Amino acid sequence: MSTRPLETAADPEGLRRIAIDPLSRVEGHGKVTLLLDDDNRVRQARLHIVEFRGFEKFIEGRPYWEVPVMVQRLCGICPVSHHLAASKALDRVVGGWPVPPAADRIRRLMHYGQIVQSHALHFFHLASPDLLFGFDAEVDRRNIVGVAAAFPDAARQGVMLRRFGQEVIRITSGKRIHGTGSIPGGMNRAVDPAERDALRAGLPQMLDWAQDAVTLARRLHENLPARYAGFADTPAAMLSLVGRDGAMELYDGVLRLREADGRIAIDGFDDQRYRELIAEAVKPWTYMKFPYRRSLGVDQGWYRVGPLARVQNCDFIPTPRAEEARQGFVAAHGGQPVHAVLATHWARMIELLHGVETVAELLDDPLILGGPLRTEGPRQCSGIGIIEAPRGTLIHEYEVGDDDLVTRCNLIVSTTHNNQAMNEAVRAVALRHLDGETITEGLLNHIEVAVRAYDPCLSCATHALGQMPLAVSLRAADGRLLDHVLRSPGGELLRDAPAHAAETAS
Amino acid sequence: MSAVDPTFDLDGQPVPLQPGDTILSAAARAGLDIPHLCWSDEVSGSASCRLCTVLADGRPVAACVTPAVAGQKVECRTASLATQRLRLLQMLFVEGNHFCPGCEKSGNCVLQVQAERAGMTALHFEALNPERPVDASHPDVLFEPNRCILCQLCVRASDEIDGKRVFAIGGHGIATRLLIDSPSGRLGDSALSVHDRAAHICPVGALLPKRVGFAVPIGRRRFDNEDTRG
Repeated sequence: MSTRPLETAADPEGLRRIAIDPLSRVEGHGKVTLLLDDDNRVRQARLHIVEFRGFEKFIEGRPYWEVPVMVQRLCGICPVSHHLAASKALDRVVGGWPVPPAADRIRRLMHYGQIVQSHALHFFHLASPDLLFGFDAEVDRRNIVGVAAAFPDAARQGVMLRRFGQEVIRITSGKRIHGTGSIPGGMNRAVDPAERDALRAGLPQMLDWAQDAVTLARRLHENLPARYAGFADTPAAMLSLVGRDGAMELYDGVLRLREADGRIAIDGFDDQRYRELIAEAVKPWTYMKFPYRRSLGVDQGWYRVGPLARVQNCDFIPTPRAEEARQGFVAAHGGQPVHAVLATHWARMIELLHGVETVAELLDDPLILGGPLRTEGPRQCSGIGIIEAPRGTLIHEYEVGDDDLVTRCNLIVSTTHNNQAMNEAVRAVALRHLDGETITEGLLNHIEVAVRAYDPCLSCATHALGQMPLAVSLRAADGRLLDHVLRSPGGELLRDAPAHAAETAS
Repeated sequence: MSAVDPTFDLDGQPVPLQPGDTILSAAARAGLDIPHLCWSDEVSGSASCRLCTVLADGRPVAACVTPAVAGQKVECRTASLATQRLRLLQMLFVEGNHFCPGCEKSGNCVLQVQAERAGMTALHFEALNPERPVDASHPDVLFEPNRCILCQLCVRASDEIDGKRVFAIGGHGIATRLLIDSPSGRLGDSALSVHDRAAHICPVGALLPKRVGFAVPIGRRRFDNEDTRG
């Protein structure tokens, strides 16, 4: 389905404007605007990121050894991704790449712990209410509290899986959130045997629950109402790291890009050369950039990252249960490429299972208990670190002066890679489900469901957290306010509340 | 301690004195904590931070420079002094740029731990957000003036221990700043060595040996406790 004409209306004057501002149950602050003509046909649909992105600038002038800790504050959900991507980039600067084997294992352990906790958080806390109750279910049920009341076992398993992942992060970084374990050239700590044993004890249960999560995600996907067949189906190329053997690889690998039709376009691409592959474009109506493949240009070169891309991009998953689940995913779709955005939840739970299995393997590795943890070599003036964060490919790049201060920083976060793909999903849903319809809260939530499937971390791209009410205004062609609906944080719909300040923005 | 050793009273506890003791040095030797930032037993007192202000027989004095007197009644833990210390710490925070989450001194920082002990949970005053460029010109020592609290410990260590007098305090009022004795005013042109005591005595993250960063893990830092054991 081509949705491109909806990016910019040919003549926006006189069109009605609807704003979903801010989006809820996503991490960070964004909004969707729709412009409708007099026949209620959608003429423009945009996902805007309304906050300014500042980390790239204020990292400049800071000593490089601060950076892996400082950049974690980009995010409260996946700080480990930034911690490790920055560390990998700065390993190169201090001549410490590759890091000693023990440090490599401990970093991997930290990273896969994060995959578990972040994926559990997204599926159970943020996305499952839509899937379990329906996109247009009553607002007061469509949250984690509603899930806990109606599906207590699933809610509890989600909370406990996340807790398990957080504990893995704590024993490797010193804190559940924003630790300091990884440093340029290696690690500052090994794993304490007693803490390892405590985590090991919980593994059988975690593996079972992770397996259950895959089953649940698959069942919810396959049982979606017929009207959601092809929901937000947006064919896109798929980018991710993979291992040199084609395995799913989330910590360190080579870049692979697969076309939307399933053909591999680029493989074994050295991550240090990413700039030959990707460029970034800007548009005047959003603070988030639009990465694209240089070879295809900004209009044709967009792509998708994240679980849906990774599960299809790899040749296999190197852990048995997750590989079996991946094969089930492929078989269920007849071996054809999958671009249905809601299938991302299924793919995400396959990755969660892979995360738990990998944590189990690493906890059995004696290297995590100690040995040389740090190395250095000839100093370099720049470094690139690429990692597969829970939401997709994450790129950190730094240049460091002779005085040890960072002179340049470039961050391309997962959500930024998915910018165009999310916009396309918004347009697909707007055309399919809202075109010509009367506004209802449930219909607007359809758009949020599509964006939410990407698990966007808008604060990674913009660095701001916001409250999560929802305000929608309906204006006549002459600009008069016809209707304004405010959804309070408690879920109430208020019709006489004053218009949201942001509603007057573009 | 013999029965005739002189003592003074600190919040109801007898503290033995020795000749030349200040209230703070005697209390520290006895294992009693009087909050302080700018005092160290390695250098002379300067009474610059005033966090150690106590009431000596009812009169406010800086414990770090006030001689201990036998029989004196010293009050440290009063509600009024606690409020005063809290405000003083909050003013130090807003006068600089103290971002503990990204600071390598976190867990080893005297300002941070004093603020925590004082129960500081907010800045209270409006942050001044000064613009102070980092001086990374020295090959082995970083000067981060945004974190300098003008305690003068580096000034005294360079003078009294290193015999170099690399640092001094200049300017007035809110413009007061640490001066570096070099033709350019930058650390790289000074006589400071990373082996000098002055390069290591900073209680905050203003003067730091380079390329150490977060080498010490959470749980093994100076002020880590059960809550921060990692």
